[in-house]
Amino acid sequence: MTKKDVLVLKDLLGTNKQVAAEIRRELRSRGILCVNLLSSPGSGKTSLLEALADRMRTAYRMAVIEGDIETERDAERIRAKGIPAWQITTGGACHLEAKMVGKVLPSVPAAIDFLFIENVGNLVCPASFDLGETLRCVLLSSPEGDDKPRKYPQAFLTADVLLLTKSDLVPFLPFDPDKAAAEALAMNPRLRVFRVSALKGEGMDELAAFFAEALARERAGRA
Amino acid sequence: MHELSIVASLFEILEEKAREHNAVRITAVKLRVGRLSGVVPDLLGSAFDMFKKGTLADGASLEIEVIPFEFRCRSCGGESFRDEPPYNCAVCGSSDLELLGGMDLVVEKIEIETDDP
Repeated sequence: MTKKDVLVLKDLLGTNKQVAAEIRRELRSRGILCVNLLSSPGSGKTSLLEALADRMRTAYRMAVIEGDIETERDAERIRAKGIPAWQITTGGACHLEAKMVGKVLPSVPAAIDFLFIENVGNLVCPASFDLGETLRCVLLSSPEGDDKPRKYPQAFLTADVLLLTKSDLVPFLPFDPDKAAAEALAMNPRLRVFRVSALKGEGMDELAAFFAEALARERAGRA
Repeated sequence: MHELSIVASLFEILEEKAREHNAVRITAVKLRVGRLSGVVPDLLGSAFDMFKKGTLADGASLEIEVIPFEFRCRSCGGESFRDEPPYNCAVCGSSDLELLGGMDLVVEKIEIETDDP
């Protein structure tokens, strides 16, 4: 019997990162901009996608992958807008992983402009898993409170875009959008911040324009 | 509770390494977990104890080294370590920081037993 130490130095998320890199390469080659939406449950991810569909579907081809623990409900809401949608039900898992997205990808039409992935509602675990997205958007809704960025650092540190959602409720709540934005920007100065209301439309045209520009940049970078 | 799926990938790595080195037993596992990795060391420990039963690592100890946040300041170029917030430069106080470390989630080494003489 011999005892020995074996140096491993392997990333525990290595397999996920590898699959995510393959997805990113594949989507880039098809000229698709992929957006990963990440937030707590009920902060307005599906409503945001519905409002974006209303503004973008005539000019752009969109598709949506929905992640939830159970039910097809979110995918049905997106399909009702005329947008193709695939539901991943994780059966208990608190986040999407790249291999789950990889399984759906062959069904997604090659000729689309935007692929939105709505992650499982959770401000913690999804932040650890790269899905091969081009842009990661974290949503913070006004009823959740403006103290969240520092309480859930990883989500805000890894995001490219911060969406302060349900801006129409701000007058009724002790939520200070400037404070929320300042706290998030102090942690991650490269965040693009938008205040939006999917219900009333505030900020939605600006957000749609931002995604359109990001798509143009992505395609210019590829050429 | 994504610690369970992380421990599942840990055991894939352990099985691969055990095969590669003809291990009959894994007696210790050492991980490096960054403060910003989004993983709770205690929960990793509980998930590890659940998973190891009946495997080559049954009875293995788990050591977790927690890696602090490490930043380089974009304003003054100074480097700082933080074990917890605030996220600002220890030298000039700026919050425009480049993250250098603290996202780690790495299997550093394992201790194995083999039948080799």
